[in-house]
Amino acid sequence: MAGGRIRAKLRRSNLYTFACHRPHPTEEDKTDEIEGPGYSRIVHCNKPHIHEIKPLKYCTNYISTTKYNFLTFLPKAIFEQFRRVANLYFLLAAALSLTPVSPFGPMSMIAPLAFVVGLSMAKEALEDWRRFIQDMKVNLRKASVHKEGGVFGLKPWMKLRVGDIVKVEKDQFFPADLLLLSSSYEDGICYVETMNLDGETNLKVKRALEVTLSLDDDPTFEGFDATIRCEDPNPNLYTFVGKLDYNSRVHPLDPNQILLRDSKLRNTAYVYGVVIFTGHDSKVMQNATKSPSKRSRIEKQMDKIIYILFSFLVFISFISGVGFIVKTKNDLPHWWYLQVPDREGLFDPNKPLQSAFYHLVTALMLYGYLIPISLYVSIEVVKVLQAIFINQDLNMYDEESGTPAQARTSNLNEELGQVDTILSDKTGTLTCNQMDFLKCSIAGTAYGTRASDVELAAAKQMVMDMDGQGQNGNGNFSEKNGHEFAGPEIQLETVITSKDEDAINNKNPIKGFSFEDSRLMNGNWFKEPNENNILLFFRILSLCHTAIPEQNQETGVFTYEAESPDEGAFLVAAREFGFEFCKRTQSSVFVREKYPSSQEPTEREFKVLALLDFTSKRKRMSVIIRDEKDQILLLCKGADSIIFDRLSKNGRMYEEATRKHLNEYGEAGLRTLALAYKKLSEEEYSTWNDEFTKAKTSFGADREANLERVSDLMEKDLILVGATAVEDKLQKGVPQCIDKLAQAGLKIWVLTGDKMETAINIGFACSLLRQGMRQICISSNLDAIVQDCRQAAKEDILQQITNGTEMIKVEKDPHAAFALIIDGKTLTYALEDDMKHHFLNLAIECASVICCRVSPKQKALVTRLVKEGTGKITLAIGDGANDVGMIQEADIGVGISGCEGMQAVMASDFAIAEFQFLERLLVVHGHWCYKRIAQMICYFFYKNIAFGLTIFYFEAFAGFSGQSVYDDWYMLLFNVVLTSLPVISLGVFEQDVDSEVCLQFPALYQQGPKNLFFDWQRIFGWMANGLYTSLVIFFLNIVIFYDQAFRLEGQTADMVAVGTAMMTCVIWAVNVQIALTMSHFTWIQHFLISGSITMWYLFLLVYGEMAYSLRVNAFRVLIEILAPAPIYWSTTLLVTVLCNLPYLAHISFQRSFKPLDHHIIQEIKYSRKDIEDGHMWSRERSKARQKTKIGFTARVDAKIRQLKGRLQKKYSTMSTCHHPIGQQQT
Amino acid sequence: MNSTTLSSSAAGIGSADSTPPRRNSKRPKYSRFSQQELPACKPILTPKWVIAAFLLIGAVFIPIGVFSLLASRDVVQIVNQYETDCIPEGSRTDKVGFIRGPQDKTCHRTLSIRRHMKQPIYVYYQLDNFYQNHRRYVKSRSDLQLRSPENEDETKSCQPEGTLNGTKAPIVPCGLIAWSLFNDTYEFSRNKRQLTVNKRGISWKSDRERKFGKNVYPKNFQNGTLQGGARLDSSKPLSEQEDLIVWMRTAALPTFRKLYGKIEVDLNPGDVIDVKLQNNYNTYSFNGKKKLVLSTTSWLGGKNDFIGIAYLSVGGLCFLLATIFTVIYFIKPRELGDPNYLSWNANPGDH
Repeated sequence: MAGGRIRAKLRRSNLYTFACHRPHPTEEDKTDEIEGPGYSRIVHCNKPHIHEIKPLKYCTNYISTTKYNFLTFLPKAIFEQFRRVANLYFLLAAALSLTPVSPFGPMSMIAPLAFVVGLSMAKEALEDWRRFIQDMKVNLRKASVHKEGGVFGLKPWMKLRVGDIVKVEKDQFFPADLLLLSSSYEDGICYVETMNLDGETNLKVKRALEVTLSLDDDPTFEGFDATIRCEDPNPNLYTFVGKLDYNSRVHPLDPNQILLRDSKLRNTAYVYGVVIFTGHDSKVMQNATKSPSKRSRIEKQMDKIIYILFSFLVFISFISGVGFIVKTKNDLPHWWYLQVPDREGLFDPNKPLQSAFYHLVTALMLYGYLIPISLYVSIEVVKVLQAIFINQDLNMYDEESGTPAQARTSNLNEELGQVDTILSDKTGTLTCNQMDFLKCSIAGTAYGTRASDVELAAAKQMVMDMDGQGQNGNGNFSEKNGHEFAGPEIQLETVITSKDEDAINNKNPIKGFSFEDSRLMNGNWFKEPNENNILLFFRILSLCHTAIPEQNQETGVFTYEAESPDEGAFLVAAREFGFEFCKRTQSSVFVREKYPSSQEPTEREFKVLALLDFTSKRKRMSVIIRDEKDQILLLCKGADSIIFDRLSKNGRMYEEATRKHLNEYGEAGLRTLALAYKKLSEEEYSTWNDEFTKAKTSFGADREANLERVSDLMEKDLILVGATAVEDKLQKGVPQCIDKLAQAGLKIWVLTGDKMETAINIGFACSLLRQGMRQICISSNLDAIVQDCRQAAKEDILQQITNGTEMIKVEKDPHAAFALIIDGKTLTYALEDDMKHHFLNLAIECASVICCRVSPKQKALVTRLVKEGTGKITLAIGDGANDVGMIQEADIGVGISGCEGMQAVMASDFAIAEFQFLERLLVVHGHWCYKRIAQMICYFFYKNIAFGLTIFYFEAFAGFSGQSVYDDWYMLLFNVVLTSLPVISLGVFEQDVDSEVCLQFPALYQQGPKNLFFDWQRIFGWMANGLYTSLVIFFLNIVIFYDQAFRLEGQTADMVAVGTAMMTCVIWAVNVQIALTMSHFTWIQHFLISGSITMWYLFLLVYGEMAYSLRVNAFRVLIEILAPAPIYWSTTLLVTVLCNLPYLAHISFQRSFKPLDHHIIQEIKYSRKDIEDGHMWSRERSKARQKTKIGFTARVDAKIRQLKGRLQKKYSTMSTCHHPIGQQQT
Repeated sequence: MNSTTLSSSAAGIGSADSTPPRRNSKRPKYSRFSQQELPACKPILTPKWVIAAFLLIGAVFIPIGVFSLLASRDVVQIVNQYETDCIPEGSRTDKVGFIRGPQDKTCHRTLSIRRHMKQPIYVYYQLDNFYQNHRRYVKSRSDLQLRSPENEDETKSCQPEGTLNGTKAPIVPCGLIAWSLFNDTYEFSRNKRQLTVNKRGISWKSDRERKFGKNVYPKNFQNGTLQGGARLDSSKPLSEQEDLIVWMRTAALPTFRKLYGKIEVDLNPGDVIDVKLQNNYNTYSFNGKKKLVLSTTSWLGGKNDFIGIAYLSVGGLCFLLATIFTVIYFIKPRELGDPNYLSWNANPGDH
């Protein structure tokens, strides 16, 4: 890179009117701050070696987001594993199983534990390894660093040190936080894209200090020496305090000179900078919150159940201990055949307490079957399999980018089914960040026939609704009329739709331009009545901007590097209309204008006299140009409200029509700007320009205010030309998806770094906002630096919040919907402890909430507020590094694995290619996974209680000695082999209804957030069922095999025979139970359930033949002892049926009296009613939506209501009119 | 250079459209399995199915119950409790002293047959309050030792009955179970004529053949200081000591019967059986009852009314449930898949 220095062709800094004649920085301000705590950092520029030794040794530029490293993995991961109480318990039990206290052999305790922990740890290791690889990718990126003597060389990012001089070229990311020294532009400006930091898409201008401007070539860095004193690392992205000591002069530094890591250099050939903050000291890393290990609610609730079971376990162990003391003390001395006390002191009547203690330990281990050790493994296995299904889902595979959905952690699958609030990023998530010029209104005439996405979707919805409700049949009078009214409109929209589709098919789409209207295209505008206004309109489009053209070498077509995508769209539109902006010089803009009269375009030069910048406060920008006829014109574009306020009396000709159009555009979800101009006389201009120059060259704090005031003077008495409507291209299917999610009862919040207006526009575009919705905007106008100002600002905001809450309370109309819009600055106050609950209460009442200009940290804070304040499950979705905080904070983080950086995906729990897949992820996979896991856990507890309690009962019959009726192997295999696979198949394959139905009936999703399948009632119900089953199994077997012969040959049953018979009953009962629980049997379930039962008998056969069984009396227990006895089989049948009878009766009663939604739908599907009675099916589908206040369904509903209202009014006036006429007639 | 690789990741605002490269390798393969679309049977508990299921269970269970009950009724058993009666009047205050003493412990009992008992008639002894299932007792054995003489030193689990009085001489069979072998004996006679009790074949065949070695002979058994139960004939291998084999199969419950032998002649009503028994076994320490049981068997085993009754009750319950469901469906019929029961129809405005 050393020789290939790219010179910028264009120096345009003095276009930045506010920037030219910049006051020279003075030294007095801020220098005082840079002493004392918090401002201790010293950077010796160009002397990185100083920073390799203490005390100036700062952290390296190596970043790591992994949880473990090679050394810490084992201890840390093991610690993580044993933070689960159950695992700790099993560890203890395993340790004790090595002592004689243990009722079983040590293997039967240690093996399962090692398996469980090993599996979980392997999973952790794999996940961490992936993170490590991702980190290394970043760490090994190459940066060009000054080596010595003005020579630059490549170095991996991780090797960068504080004080290094780096050269960053166009479209590269900054490897660390840099101080900008110089750029390819003479005046040291550069453009930075900070999308990864704050999600903002417009470019930001950074400006080097004047003193360092000369350092704009590689060799100049030889011998460069300066010292920076600045603040310590902190997470604040928008502030920086420091000073530069260069050539024995001190220059203050501000955020303008700081280039942050992870932002990108744009539109600038190269920059030089000094590394100030490296690695984890950099602002973006400081903003990163530690990635928490997330656990789902169900799992947390499961922990509670485990605590309950554990208490129960302790309780029965205690009972058993008491029984043991009584027996040991009173009876054991008389039981001569036991020869107590024994050597180990386990059964010592003389020391009953000591023996009882040992026994308590034994009992705790013996009843350990109440706490299913395999539960964790099974859940882990099930979740991994569920995750594979999510990854494999073709309906969530994005053909265009070739990315499938990805469940990055499988911990949270079931949480997907319980989401209550979605917090979404905007740019890149809801929108593609691509603007399309779609419509315009010129001189009161609307042009542009193509419909916006929102309109299309709304039209489709309306048509569908018409079908649905039209078939309803019992629609009353007014409803019918409502439809009549809505009819033509829908027809119109469908016409547009079909037309539009044709257009798409016929034409090659131009990026940024979707305009379609023959009246303006191909020079036809010349024939329009208002051709002068149209010409002016196009000129404004092509002149009023700050973009730079770039010619494609091959095609000769110009593309534009603009500050905002809107501007790019305008320029593309102007180009397509025949006004091609082709060149910009220091003082002029060149436009190739093509008129229908002449074939060749004529290139015109417009002198730019002044440029009044766009700021979010001003909400407008203007240029003052001198055209070839020496006429001076002010061209202005800005937010409609601002422009309309500044129109001259005679400039309002088209105001009303334009306003109407603007409303329509807003309704259609488009971003609108109004365009205006005014002619200036030479004197007018020169007087103003004097003042303007004065303001520009003034110093001090009021410079900006001065400039603003002067600009303000100029931008008035404008003449309205028209308005533009740009579509911020929503991602595919976003409105539909939002609509569906809203119908499923989910709340959607938008958190964006963008400006308020943009956010509101997008709110409209994706139907989160609609006309007629009451917007509660909360913003602070006070500049709150001083303390008492802060207080005032806070009070002001509190007042606004209270007002909003009042407003909602007072509201009577049940259909009224409110939208809360709040900006970042206000949010800082609103999120303070004393305010946040007021804020949250208000936000919950609102149908949609939009937070604009929020920093990444605030996104995370809002997420936390919602999560903790409502106690409901939140899902955060975003695509950029600025969303990482909220993705990590939310219960579930979803990353968009589209085009942008990987940070969001890396931090996320699930990654999908497009927002629209969220619907399927939640409504289908979430719903299934929730039900599966919930049923699975319930069943697990049932099965272990059913089994574990039989052990307890038996112990009571065995003198509380800790003897188990079952063979060790039966117990070991019970959880691992004999009953695990069916329950895993329940957890993996169960479907209450198929995916189609899930999508058609979004209301079914509500079963999750309402937690219908894992509430305490259900859990205790299952536990009671387990208790009942254990009683039936144990006592029936005991009574039947009590003392009588159980075979024709007269033999009586010994312990092994009873144990085996009992175990057979357990296996049958729990497997039949799971068959009753399931509603979806593929061959896999059939195979696994019957397989489990078969496996038991097979096991008995094989076990019975093994020599080992000779030692435990189990030799040929099946073929020789039990199988020939009819009573063995008939007991199995009796017990199995009796165990499951109550459950069968229960579900039958439930189905007939209180059927749940999915029951009915299953029945409809079963009896094929959905095909036979299509009307009913589609009617129910439309009814199954939750009543929403957002989404286009709500929009359509509102429209219908509005029409109905109008009709009623008409009707009533008509009837009053009719009356007198009638009288006259009589 | 690196700049090019980096810029490719940047989606330019106004720059030319660049379609990302297609990576179709990432495309999930379609299969009905991976898309969770496997054909499945989705049974539904329709009223018909529910009623049919209950009726079916009832229809199957009641006959089984009847047959079981009949089989149980066919079984004739005679139970004679003797632990108190077989202590001479004078010794009843100190039963434990008597049983441990050297006195003659012969005792005569008479059993009168009321119903015809078809051979084979099984003779059991029944002990009560005897915890053969106590963990200390259950573990106190060495199955390795029983199988072959090489393992005779495997007595670790048998303490304190592993070795002879603290010497290294192993006891075969070791452990508390064998040591506490039941040692009451019964001799039966009808009309002064001895009835032979066949003691062969009362244990499981596999036990005799595989578990108890043919060349393992009792050794040092009952020679210790501790007074235990029966002695074994040290000239017979363990595989032929069927009383021991039966005893070594520990019972599941503290009340248990064990097979003593078989009488292989029919007993007729009116027959009076004289039993001459040796009351040796000490159940008096722990107040255990002793019973002598003679019983025939059916295909169901011994006398077991419970299973028949249980079957009949469950069958009856199922019929009852079937009736209830039928009545319910008559009174309050619900059409299958009636959309009116959907939650959004049942309680509008609930959302």
